[in-house]
Amino acid sequence: MIRVQHLVKRFADFTAVNDISFAVPKGEIFAFLGPNGAGKTTTIKVLTTLLRPTSGTVELDGLDPTKHEDEARQSFGIVFQDPSLDQDLTAWENLELHGVLYHVTHKARRQRTEELLKLFELWEKRDALVKTFSGGMKRRLEIARGFLHTPKILFLDEPTLGLDPQSRNQLWTHVKQLNATENVTVFLTTHYMDEADRVAHRIAIIDHGRIVAMGTSQELKDQTQADSLEEAFLALTGATIRDETANATDQLRQVAKMWRR
Amino acid sequence: MGAIYILWLRELKKYSRSRTQIVASLGQPLLYLLVLGFGLGPVFRQAGGGSYLQFMAPGIIGMAVLFTSIFSGIALLWDRQFGFLKETLVAPVPRLRIMIGRTFGGATVAILQGLLITAVCLIAGFRPVSAMMIPVAFLFMIGIAMVFAGLGTAIGSGLQDMQGFQLIMNFLVLPIFFLSGALFPLNNLPKALAIFTSLDPLTYGVDGLRAALTGASHFGIVTDAAVLAVVAAGLLCLGAWRFSKIEI
Repeated sequence: MIRVQHLVKRFADFTAVNDISFAVPKGEIFAFLGPNGAGKTTTIKVLTTLLRPTSGTVELDGLDPTKHEDEARQSFGIVFQDPSLDQDLTAWENLELHGVLYHVTHKARRQRTEELLKLFELWEKRDALVKTFSGGMKRRLEIARGFLHTPKILFLDEPTLGLDPQSRNQLWTHVKQLNATENVTVFLTTHYMDEADRVAHRIAIIDHGRIVAMGTSQELKDQTQADSLEEAFLALTGATIRDETANATDQLRQVAKMWRR
Repeated sequence: MGAIYILWLRELKKYSRSRTQIVASLGQPLLYLLVLGFGLGPVFRQAGGGSYLQFMAPGIIGMAVLFTSIFSGIALLWDRQFGFLKETLVAPVPRLRIMIGRTFGGATVAILQGLLITAVCLIAGFRPVSAMMIPVAFLFMIGIAMVFAGLGTAIGSGLQDMQGFQLIMNFLVLPIFFLSGALFPLNNLPKALAIFTSLDPLTYGVDGLRAALTGASHFGIVTDAAVLAVVAAGLLCLGAWRFSKIEI
């Protein structure tokens, strides 16, 4: 369903993704792990048509997203690292807007919206403005939105960042459920090793723009003779702390946090 | 078409929900209308200009449309900060349609705001000379809204932070307003000022509104309409081009 071959993404002065290759079969939950600045988000951005690869090829459901942008976009859903809901609209209106943008017919839109809002336990709150929602509710709504147009692939970029254990747990339960019932391929990144261990069928570990290991959780543990995935992760990527320099986007994020009510 | 409509509707919904903002936005025009209108009124009359309120009201309506439409474009900055912009930019819809929906939504809101200020002007004592010309005034409002919604989108597409916003406000929006002849007649201006006013698109918008509402104009209503239409087309194209270049 996803096939990446020799992908390289270079920015002016540094190489964010350096010759990575992997494939994710249909229906799999695939976790992409790595320290800050390892290249996870850049990879997702290339896969979701937000960035163009410097070299290498990407295929989503057999299509090259650089050539068939709109078809590729129709085939996946994405939940970004930062919130991307319209806070001044209601939960229902956010889904309605998404459905129209993704060419979901009126009838299917109503039915699907109701189904997903109920599943994610937001049905009672459908007419409340999103700015009144808690962090967990917003995240659930975003994931529900990602599923709305019945995508073949769902990208989740650190979807559980900043959530309490209850919300995280519930969120993954829903994702697993939809993965099972609709056979959606899920591509996720996270910093919580326990989540990857529990949810993902297969895991790739990326560091300095290269994939350093790939396999099931058990395989990674065996490879490094570690007891937990966390230990395996540290063994593979080292224990030094990575500091990203703040760019304009990060500064914007700060301002956005300040203004968010 | 669905995408254009839903994004247009979004702008209207946001406007109708921001009641405090609507009330707040009445403050500045009211200040101009009442303080300047009644404060400078006697001087203006003595100088042989007639009723200042009558003269200024079209300018204040133009100002309301200018501010609202340009800020609707700059609101792209908010959507960038709150992340919603990404949601629209990864959707399987051509960017141009996203831009059209947003920009026309912003222009529609600006027209509504212009109508609201027109009502305020009427309450303050402004009297249009001919009811027949009111639809023409409405067309000029649309023209002004299109020009500055286009410009706002062009600017908002490149804006990264709040500092930039302040810069735009002080060095672009306010000069556009003050140079437009909204507050003073364009006759017998010093040469340098006359050049600047004639380069300001709002000048033609306000002049057109004034022609339609009070019967007096500097350039002539046809010139006003032509200039406004050409500038609107140009700036909407510029906005679309800049919007197509947004990276996230």
